Amino acid sequence: MSEETRRLERTPILPLVVIGVLASAIGIAIGLVIDWFPTDASIQAKPIDNLYDLMIILSVPVFVVVTIIVLFSAWKFRMRPGEEQLDGPPIHGNTKLEVVWTAIPALVLVVLCSYTYVVLTDIEEAQANEMRINVTGQQFAWSYEYPQAGGKPVRSTTLYLPKDRPVRFYVKALDVLHDFWVPAFRMKVDAVPGITTRYRVTPTRLGTYPVVCAELCGLGHAVMRSTAKVVTPADFDSWLAEQQAPAGGADTGAGASDGDKGTKAPEIDAKTIFAEGNGTSIACGACHTLADAGTSSQTGPELDKVLKGKDADFIKTSITDPEAEIAEGFQGGIMPKNYADTLSPEELDALVKYLGEVAAK
Amino acid sequence: MVAKFRNPGLYRAGLYTVYAVALAYAIIWVFRTWYSLDPVFKGEAVLELALFLSPLGFLIGLGSFSYWFRWATGKPTIPEDHSGHGAHSWRDYFKVNTDHKVIGIQYVVTSFVFFFIGGLFAMLMRAELAQPGRQFVDSSTFNGLFSVHASLLIFLFIIPVFAGLANYVLPLMIGAPDMAFPRLNALSFWMLPLGGIMMLLSFLAPGGSFASGWTAYAPLAVTAPEGQVFFTIGVQFAGASSIATALNFLVTIITMRAPGMSFFRMPLLVWANFSTSLLVVIATPFIAVSQFMVFFDRALGFNFFEPAGGGDVLMYQHIFWFYSHPAVYIMMLPGFGIVSEILAVKSRKPIFGYRMMAFSLLAIVVLGFTVWAHHMFVSGMQDWIRVPMMVTTAIIAVPTGIKIFSWLATLWRGVLHLDTPMLFALGFLTMFTLGGISGVMLAIIPVTIHVSDTYFIVAHIHYVLFGGSLFTIFAGVYYWFPKMTGRMYDERLGKIHFWSTFVFFNLTFAPMHVIGIQGMPRRVADYAEQWATWNLMITIASFFLGLSALVFAYNMVASWRGGPKAESNPWRALTLEWQVTSPPPIFNFDAIPTVVGGPYEYGVPGAVHGVLKDAEVPTPVGAAAHGESAGTTATKDEEH
Repeated sequence: MSEETRRLERTPILPLVVIGVLASAIGIAIGLVIDWFPTDASIQAKPIDNLYDLMIILSVPVFVVVTIIVLFSAWKFRMRPGEEQLDGPPIHGNTKLEVVWTAIPALVLVVLCSYTYVVLTDIEEAQANEMRINVTGQQFAWSYEYPQAGGKPVRSTTLYLPKDRPVRFYVKALDVLHDFWVPAFRMKVDAVPGITTRYRVTPTRLGTYPVVCAELCGLGHAVMRSTAKVVTPADFDSWLAEQQAPAGGADTGAGASDGDKGTKAPEIDAKTIFAEGNGTSIACGACHTLADAGTSSQTGPELDKVLKGKDADFIKTSITDPEAEIAEGFQGGIMPKNYADTLSPEELDALVKYLGEVAAK
Repeated sequence: MVAKFRNPGLYRAGLYTVYAVALAYAIIWVFRTWYSLDPVFKGEAVLELALFLSPLGFLIGLGSFSYWFRWATGKPTIPEDHSGHGAHSWRDYFKVNTDHKVIGIQYVVTSFVFFFIGGLFAMLMRAELAQPGRQFVDSSTFNGLFSVHASLLIFLFIIPVFAGLANYVLPLMIGAPDMAFPRLNALSFWMLPLGGIMMLLSFLAPGGSFASGWTAYAPLAVTAPEGQVFFTIGVQFAGASSIATALNFLVTIITMRAPGMSFFRMPLLVWANFSTSLLVVIATPFIAVSQFMVFFDRALGFNFFEPAGGGDVLMYQHIFWFYSHPAVYIMMLPGFGIVSEILAVKSRKPIFGYRMMAFSLLAIVVLGFTVWAHHMFVSGMQDWIRVPMMVTTAIIAVPTGIKIFSWLATLWRGVLHLDTPMLFALGFLTMFTLGGISGVMLAIIPVTIHVSDTYFIVAHIHYVLFGGSLFTIFAGVYYWFPKMTGRMYDERLGKIHFWSTFVFFNLTFAPMHVIGIQGMPRRVADYAEQWATWNLMITIASFFLGLSALVFAYNMVASWRGGPKAESNPWRALTLEWQVTSPPPIFNFDAIPTVVGGPYEYGVPGAVHGVLKDAEVPTPVGAAAHGESAGTTATKDEEH
C-alpha cells in the first residue's frame, strides 16, 4: 500500500472502541479492588467510600479515552520518512461532535452532583439521642469535654466514644487553625479561633483510631495526634462514671476507689491536672505518656523514662521552661512555655511532687 | 568608579538599597521618638519598613523609574533611542532594557533559576520524608522548606515563566514591534527577582523562614516569627509585577494587532494570554490585600484576623482563595495556549473547533471567579455555600473538557511530528486529564471532607501544576528555543528529558493519591510507620525526577552556547513569529505584516496567515530610531 493511500484510508474506529471498553473494564476493576480507605468505623464512612467508587467508575473511562486516542494517534498518524512536507486534512471542526462532547460530560456531572447532594445530606443528617462532645484544639494537643447534665463536665485527652451512639462534635481552637480529623470516621472540620464548628459521626466499629490535626498549625503540627477509642456502651458508661467519681479523677486503670488518693492534698489533685488540665492549662497527658495517669500520647517524651532519677528542681524547670533541656530525639518549640502562668504555684508544686513520686523513681 | 555609582545600573542599585535601609532607620527613629516608644530602633519595625523601601531603592538605583521621574519633575525626558535594544553580551541582561525580547529572556531565565532552587527544596523535603521520624531537618526548617518551595514555584516560576514566554512571542505573533508599555514591562520584570530574593532571604531571619505554607493562613501567619513578613512583602512585589504585565498584555493585544489580525484570527496563545491577563488584573489585587491585612495585623495590631479583637479568621481564606483559585487558571491558561500552538503545528492540521477553544477560555475566566470556596469545604464556613460551589466547580470541567477533546480531534488523522515539544504536549494531555479528574473528585464535597489537607491534595496539585503547567512550559521552551536563541536544541537529550520526566513524575506523585486517601496529612515532617514504604519509593523516584531536570538544564545551556544555527521557520509554522529570522530583527518586522487568514490553516493548499510586505510602510519606530541615534546620544551625555 502506498503512503498516500494509507493516509486516505478511513480509520477503523471499532477496534479502538473494543480496546477502550476492555481497558476501562480492567481499570475500573483494579480501581475497585484496591483498598483505598482506612478502616471504616462510622456510618458516615460507607456512603463516602461508595461515592468514591462511583468516581472511579466514571473517571477511568475518561482517562482511557484520552490515553487511547493519544497513543493511537502517536502510532497510526506519526510522520513516516518521506512525509516531512505532508500536511493533514484541513478539518476545522464538527459541530455535531462538539455538541456531543459538551453535553455528555455535562449530563454526567449533573448526575454526579445530584447523587453527591443526597450523600451529603445523608451523612450530615441530625440523629436522635445525639451526644455532645466539645473538642478543643491548641498548639499542639487535642482535649475533649463531655458535658454532664447538672454537673461538672468530664475532661479527657483520649476521645472515648460509645459504639453506635450518634455524636456531635463542637470544635473550638484556642490559638490558630487546627483541623479535627479521625480518618476512620472520614469526617473532618477546621477548628477555627472565634467560632465553633461542628460535625456528626456515629461510630460503628470497636477499636482504637488515630486523631489527626490536618490543618498546618505550627512547629508541632506533625505530632499533634491523639487517640479515639470506640468502646461498648457499657464500657463507656463505666469510664464516664470513673471520671465523675470525686477525687478519683483521671484514673483510667481499674477501680475508682484508689486508696492513696485521699492521702494527697485533697484540694489539688495533681493526677487530674496531669491527665485533664486545670481548665486553663493544656493537660500534660495530651502529649506525654505516664503509666500512673493512664496517658499514652507519644507527642512528647515518655515521662516514665525521661524523669527517672531526676530531682524536683529538674522537673519544675522542665515544666516552666521547656527549652532548658530537650530530651534526645525531640525538638524544642513544641511544648507550651506558659505553664508558669496557667498553673497556680500550688498546682505547680503539687504536680512536681506527683511527678517526683510516680515517675522519677 | 564614581560614575558607576552615579549612573543607572547595578552599582547604583546597590547603593540606593543601602540608602533605603538608612531611610527606614530614620523613619522609625522619627516616629518612635515622637510616640516615645522604647526601644527607639525596634528590630522588627526597621526590618519591615526596610523590606518595603529597599526594593524600591534598588529599582530607582537601577534606573527603572528614571524616565518617569524626569517627566514628573518637569525635566526634559530622554527619548527612547532604542540603542539598548537587543542583547549583545550576557551583561546586557542585567540592565533595565525595554526590548520585549530581552525582557522575555530575562523573565524565562530568572524563573528557571527559581525553578531549580524550588526543586532543590523539594529534594531536601523528600530526603527528610524518606523515613518516618526526624533525620536531616527540624520541623521549623521543614515547614519553611515546603512553604518556600510552593511560594517560589508558584509566584516566581510558573506565573512569571508564562509571562516571559508570552513577552517574547506574543508581540511577534500579533505583528507588533514591541509591547504597548516597554518601560512598564522592564519595571515588571525587575520587581520579580526582588520578590524571590526576599523569600529566600527569609531563611536568615530570626526564627527561620516563613513556615505557614504558601497559603499563609491567619492567624498562624500573624503570630509566626519574623520570617513571615518576607513572604507578606515579597508577594507584593511579585504580585505588582504580575498585574503590571497583565495590563501591558491587555493593551498590547487590544491596540497593537497588525492590520487584518482580527480577534478570531489571533493564535490561541494570544487568546490564552488575553484571558490570563483578565484574571490577573481582576484577581491579583485580592492576594495583595490579604497580605497587607496580615501585615497590618502583625505590624500595627489591626486585629483583622484576631477574634478577640473582633476579627474574622475565615475572612482571610475567602479573600485569599478569591485570588488563589483564579490563580490556578493563571497558571494553566497560558499553557493551554502553548499546547494549542504546538499540537496544530506538529500535527500539521488546523486546531479543531478554534472558536470553541477561544470561548472556553473566556468561560473559564468567568467561572474561575465562582468556585473559590471549594478550597474551604472543611474550613467551618457557612454550610450552604458548599453545594453551589460544588456545582460551579463541576461546570468549569465542561469548558476544560471541550479543550481536551478538541486537542484530541486535532491529532486525529494529522501527520504527527513526535519531537520533544510534541512529546511534552502529548504528555500534558494525559497527565492534565488525571489532574482534572482528581479536580472533579475534589469538587465532590463528601470525598473532599475526607481527603482535604492530605497527600491526595499534594498529588492533585502536582498533576495539575507539574503534569499540566510544567509540561506545557517545557513544551513551549523547546518549541520557541530556536526562535529565542537562534540555535537548535539537542533533540536526543530532549527526548531523554521527556521520558525520564514522564516516568519519574508518575512514580513520584501517583502514590501520593493512595497515601492521602489512607490518611497521611500533608505538610508534616513525620508520619506513621504504615506509610514508610510508599514514602521511601516516592523519595527515590523524586531524586530521579530531579536528575531529569539537570538533563534539561544541560541541553539548554549547551545548545544555547553551541547548538546548530536555527532556520527562521524550522517547524514550518504559519504564525507570524516564524516568518522572521531566528532570533528576530531588533524591531521584529522590517515591514508591518498584514494578516490575511487564520493562524492554523495547515493542509489548506496555498494558505497564508500573514504577509510580510517589503518596506511599503516603513516601521515608524524603527526608522526614527536609526535616524536619530546620533542626536539622542548627546541628550544622554547631558544627564551624566
